[in-house]
Amino acid sequence: MYAQMVRSDAASVRSIEEMEPRERAFQQRIDEGQKIEPKDWMPEGYRRTLIRQISQHAHSEIVGQLPEGNWITRAPTLERKAILLAKVQDEAGHGLYLYCAAETLGISRDEMYDQLHSGRAKYSSIFNYPTLSWADIGCIGWLVDGAAIMNQVPLQRCSYGPYARAMVRICKEESFHQRQGYDILVTMCRKGSDQQRAMVQNALDRWWWPSLMMFGPPDTDSVHSAQSMAWKIKQNSNDELRQKFVDETVPQAKYLGLVIPDPELAWNEERGAHDFGEPDWNEFLAVLNGNGPCNRERLGARRAAWADGAWYREGLMAHAHKRVAGVAAE
Amino acid sequence: MTSEWPLWEVFIRGQHGLSHRHVGSLHAPDAAMAINNARDVYTRRNEGVSIWVVRSSDIAASAPGEKGPLFDPSNSKVYRHPTFYEVPEEAGNM
Repeated sequence: MYAQMVRSDAASVRSIEEMEPRERAFQQRIDEGQKIEPKDWMPEGYRRTLIRQISQHAHSEIVGQLPEGNWITRAPTLERKAILLAKVQDEAGHGLYLYCAAETLGISRDEMYDQLHSGRAKYSSIFNYPTLSWADIGCIGWLVDGAAIMNQVPLQRCSYGPYARAMVRICKEESFHQRQGYDILVTMCRKGSDQQRAMVQNALDRWWWPSLMMFGPPDTDSVHSAQSMAWKIKQNSNDELRQKFVDETVPQAKYLGLVIPDPELAWNEERGAHDFGEPDWNEFLAVLNGNGPCNRERLGARRAAWADGAWYREGLMAHAHKRVAGVAAE
Repeated sequence: MTSEWPLWEVFIRGQHGLSHRHVGSLHAPDAAMAINNARDVYTRRNEGVSIWVVRSSDIAASAPGEKGPLFDPSNSKVYRHPTFYEVPEEAGNM
């Protein structure tokens, strides 16, 4: 997802009896559905895991602007351009809500940027793929935002108050993102030319598997989930959400007249769900470790934006100091 | 040079005459920029008609440990709620 393979800071999940009193009281509050707030006592592992998860989520929102930003100047109509601008601006806002939530856990904004720019922090693998045609912008809204929403809706009930509140705002704003993407594809597939339909099919062929990878590795390999679930900072398993995503997406693809590029995809009457093939997990790990098609380009753009903006940040701060000093001198 | 912009808490008054409500926080070099940024970050969908910003470092807050002494005493004072009192039916609406 936007936060994939977040390392959880605990060797194994401990039972209530094994915990020291403070931790036991903390776990009981979570079990009762109470929210944990910034000044409350919390286990170090909870704090560190949340910092990793929220900052990874924030980095994804920020880096996620780049593939779409590629098409702002090339949108086919003025209306599409205004819509795409609004969506990309939303992503910036979502990143900011999340950075602020992470800051309440005692990490500074600059530290988080540094972790991103130095490559120590991860962001979602999905943003390391290129956007080659306008149909890619449709696919990102439909599939990538669709997958993101699926993960984010349960996070509104996360045990950490500031994160949960940020997710409420984000979910409220995000639903237009998926619809605008699907709307692009409906226009191209149902009202467009054969060439445009082929363009969408080509985009789907490239985005389908990376979208499924967004949910993270299969449950059998997802070693960090149990503790995160006990802490209620993760509510559903990776495979559960992936299945839900496939089931919701198949009819939408059908309406567009598209073929999902998975020969194993079939309705399973017994399970009441679709069977589907396995994503290429070696590709997933390679992308996550910095070797996807656009990793260097994305990080390069982030680093350049941060470095090129330094004079502006410093200038405004110097101006603010000077005005305070001037007022004091009067 | 590391000079992170200070943190501000943002409060927005919605359309319907309610009080300003805390919506989140952001970094800005000064109050004017904090209001500008708050407009972009927190009111992209017509959420408000007025913005307050205050430096986070200027906020004093109660400690979680004080929760008991601060708020428990009001638990026993049920007579502060109108439902504590029984109004005779003959007295009509009150």
